[in-house]
Amino acid sequence: MTLALLPLLQQFVLLLAALVMFLSFVLLAQARLISAIHSFAWQGALVAAVTLTVAVAGETHHLYFSAILTLALKALLIPWMLHRLTRRLGLERHTEDLHWPTLAIMAAVVLVIFSYWLVTPMVAQGLAFTRNIIAVSLAVVLIGLLMMVVRQQAVAQVLGFMSMENGLFLAAVSATAGMPLVVELGVAFDVLVAMVLFGVFFFQIRESIDSLDVDRLNRLTETADPVGANPFATTDEVSQ
Amino acid sequence: MPDGLVLAAWLIAFAQALLYVALAPLLVGWVRKVKARLQNRRGASLFQPYADLRKLLIKETRVPHTASPLFRMAPYIVFVATWLAAATVPLVALDLPVARIADIIVLVGLLALARFFLALAGMDVGTAFGGMGASREMLISSLAEPAMLMAVFTLAMTAHSTSLESVMSHHLADGFVLRPSYLFALGALLLVALAECGRIPVDNPATHLELTMIHEAMLLEYSGRHLALMEWAAQVKLLLYGVLIANVFFPWGVGREFTPLALGLGLLAVLAKLALLGAALATAEHVMAKMRLFRAPAFLNLALLLALLGLLSHVILEIGA
Repeated sequence: MTLALLPLLQQFVLLLAALVMFLSFVLLAQARLISAIHSFAWQGALVAAVTLTVAVAGETHHLYFSAILTLALKALLIPWMLHRLTRRLGLERHTEDLHWPTLAIMAAVVLVIFSYWLVTPMVAQGLAFTRNIIAVSLAVVLIGLLMMVVRQQAVAQVLGFMSMENGLFLAAVSATAGMPLVVELGVAFDVLVAMVLFGVFFFQIRESIDSLDVDRLNRLTETADPVGANPFATTDEVSQ
Repeated sequence: MPDGLVLAAWLIAFAQALLYVALAPLLVGWVRKVKARLQNRRGASLFQPYADLRKLLIKETRVPHTASPLFRMAPYIVFVATWLAAATVPLVALDLPVARIADIIVLVGLLALARFFLALAGMDVGTAFGGMGASREMLISSLAEPAMLMAVFTLAMTAHSTSLESVMSHHLADGFVLRPSYLFALGALLLVALAECGRIPVDNPATHLELTMIHEAMLLEYSGRHLALMEWAAQVKLLLYGVLIANVFFPWGVGREFTPLALGLGLLAVLAKLALLGAALATAEHVMAKMRLFRAPAFLNLALLLALLGLLSHVILEIGA
């Protein structure tokens, strides 16, 4: 089966899925927090567009509803909440430099290849036209995981977590033409509740360590000054 | 193929190569004109680059005392190599004999040859600016070339051939297909073209500001016809990248037969595509600011990433397990 033989709508789904994967890369390497939130919103909108196109192409009507739900929740509501949170935390202009941006990107490329290798025996079973998307959605999940590992900023880690959920949803839509509505609603509300909880957590973390840089959680001393990172300085302080 | 047809094909290939040299200043003039209109200026005439070239060609050519023979040879080598590279890219017609001689890898190689001599000429006189420009040019091209090759391989994998002509005829035969890999390769090639032609986010073609220039820094010691050839080569290179992007990704309209009608239509189509692309380039230059030189590697890494994703999405999404 080659791409040229597929109907145009199905080609469009593949194109959108590829763009979702690209946005995962953008999320991973984006240094500005606000821009990262915007790319997350675009990723949500693209996942909603995939759902809508699958609904139109496969004539599965309940997918219209999940497309609207995804658009409202992942492209509008959650990015808006994150936006408000970063404003209230005073992080609008926050930029975070990855230690090795190119290395992180290359690791993500390796993850894409890995997920393709993992999925190859699965798609040989011959699912619908959307089967090739499974590798992409698995890659999106793994890149979200990688983002939670390499980013130090709590808000960016939450973005990674949310984009993992995007990947799972993409897999569900493409492999099985969507989950039952009850499950979908349940997941949607779970994500929403998680988002509210994360918001509370952000304030808690900031109150206890004065920053959202999660690396600072590794330090055992309670001093706020960066000298605390130096073990010699800490022993001095402890002895006093 | 009968002998008469072969002769006609060679003639058309030759005419096409001449057309590249003739049209290149016009594209630059068009880009400048659109940019001027966007800045609420009237701008110079579309044909100003021709006048500039003519002026430089009649002016006396001065050569620095410290220059070696390489300095005199370099403009000719650069111009001819760029011109040869351009001649391999189908402009108005497919099925030309030149396309069977040279594929995309030869094209990249010819451009690399031109760049090599340009950088050598920049260093030859021994001025500080020349050396600085040469070093920057090599920094950028060493990052741009892998991205370009990777993007080209993405196209080649779809067509199962590295010849530009078969890539284009494959694309034409398939009709309108939405390929994720083409989208990524297009993005990668656009970024590479911006970097290689010294356009705005990487280099500013309109300035001689010492600390930021790249291409101009290597040409500082040139004058007269040498300078004219160097600038003309840069213009041909811009046209080459424009035609490469326009004709490979949107090949519709290119002439497939050697009839005057088909060729005329092909010429009109490519002119329309180039006008659009030039206007897009001018708009992009209008809204973007030049970035610091040390950001250029990140810019080209993005191009490499796009090309890699194009390759991967071809394998994952388009082949089908």
